[in-house]
Amino acid sequence: MNQEVLLALVAKEPSHGYQLLARLRQALGPLGAELNPGQVYVTLGRLEKSGLVASETADTKRSTRKVYVLTPAGQERVAEWLADVNWPRPGLVEFHLKLVAAAAAGLADPLTIVDAQRRELLRRLRDAQRAAMAEPDRSEVALLLEGVVLRLQADLRWLEACEKSWTDRRRDP
Amino acid sequence: MNNDTVLAARGLRKDYGKGEALVRAVDGVDLDASQGETVAVMGPSGCGKSTLLHILGGLDRPTDGEVWLADRRIDRLGERDLARMRRTDVGFVFQAFHLMDELTAVENVELSALLAGHAARVARRRATDLLERVGLADRAGFLPSALSGGQRQRVAIARALSNEPLVVLADEPTGNLDSASTLDVLQLFEDLHEAGQTLVVVTHDARIAATADRLITMRDGAFIDETRLTGGTTGRLGDLAGMDG
Repeated sequence: MNQEVLLALVAKEPSHGYQLLARLRQALGPLGAELNPGQVYVTLGRLEKSGLVASETADTKRSTRKVYVLTPAGQERVAEWLADVNWPRPGLVEFHLKLVAAAAAGLADPLTIVDAQRRELLRRLRDAQRAAMAEPDRSEVALLLEGVVLRLQADLRWLEACEKSWTDRRRDP
Repeated sequence: MNNDTVLAARGLRKDYGKGEALVRAVDGVDLDASQGETVAVMGPSGCGKSTLLHILGGLDRPTDGEVWLADRRIDRLGERDLARMRRTDVGFVFQAFHLMDELTAVENVELSALLAGHAARVARRRATDLLERVGLADRAGFLPSALSGGQRQRVAIARALSNEPLVVLADEPTGNLDSASTLDVLQLFEDLHEAGQTLVVVTHDARIAATADRLITMRDGAFIDETRLTGGTTGRLGDLAGMDG
C-alpha cells in the first residue's frame, strides 16, 4: 500500500488501522478484495518508524487499540505528494522490445505476440466493464473503473498500431 | 452446424466491380452463432465487416456462399420473402440509429410490430414494455431530436427487439456515442445476453467487442483470428489500476 495514501487518510482525522482499511475498501469497491490488510498495518508501522505518524494507545472496555495521528513531517510529505504529478507508467518499453527482439532473433512472430496480448487485454476490459456496470452511477468506484477501462482502450489502440506497423514491415521489409 | 445454431454462413463471398477493379469485400467467410451467444466481429474500417452483417441480415446478397437462419436458407429467397424475413426474424441496430424523426420514441418502436401485421393495441403495449426494458419509459412521447445519442440508440435497440427476432445484428452500435452512453448500451447488450438473445455485432470499438462470448477478427474480407473471451483472465483489476498490495 502506498504510504502517502495512508498518510492522507490519517491527515483527515486520527484513525485506527481498521478504520483506514474500511475507508480504502469503500473507495476501491471490488478491487478492495485484493487489498492485503496486513500490508496496511505493516505500512502504518513503517510510517511510525520514520516519524511521519505517531500513535496513541486508546483503551476501550474490550481492547487496546492504536490511534494514528499525523506528525508535522507527515503533513509536509502529504502536501508534497498531493502536488506531485507523477503518473503510474505502463510497461510499454518492455512490450515494444519484446516485439523487436522476437523479430530480430526469429524467435516468434511479432503479430502472434500482439494477438495474444490483445486477447488478454480484451478479457481484462471485459472484467473491468462488468465491474463498472455493477456499480451504481456516480459512485467513486465507478470513476476508478472508468479510468481502468479508458486506459485499456488506449493500450488496445496501441496494439492496433503495433499490428499495423509489423504487418507493413513484413510486406516491404 | 450444431442443433442450437441460429445463424450460419458458409463460404460467403461478396465481390464488387470487375476485372482490374474487382474488390473482394467478403472473402470466404464461415460463421456460426449459437442460440443465446454474443459474437463480435472486429476489424478496421473497410475490412468488410459491415458488408458481412448486411448479407447475414438479408439486406444484401452474397456473390457466392450460403446464409442459414434457423434451418432456412435465406440468401436465395425472393424479395418479398426476404423482406418479410427481415421484418420478423432479424433485428437491426445501426451506428446512426435510423429512427424516424417525425415519430415519437414509442411510435418508432411500435412501427416494426405494426409492419409485421400486429394489431395497433398489441403493438403499442409491446412498444411500451420494450421502452421500459431499455430504461426509457418516461421518454415514450419524446421525438428523437429531444433525446440524447445514447437514448436514441436505446430506442433503436427496443425497436430491434419489437418482433422478438431470432437474432439481433448490430453495426457499430456505439460508434456515435460518448463514454457514458456507451456504457448504457453495453449494459443493455449484457441484459439481452442474459435473456438469451442471440447477438452478432460488428465493431471497431474494443469496449463492445469485450462484451462478447466470442470475438472474431476480420481483415481484408476474411476471418483471421477467433477467440473465446469468457473466463481465463489472468490479470487482476487492482494491477490494472496501479494498486500495489
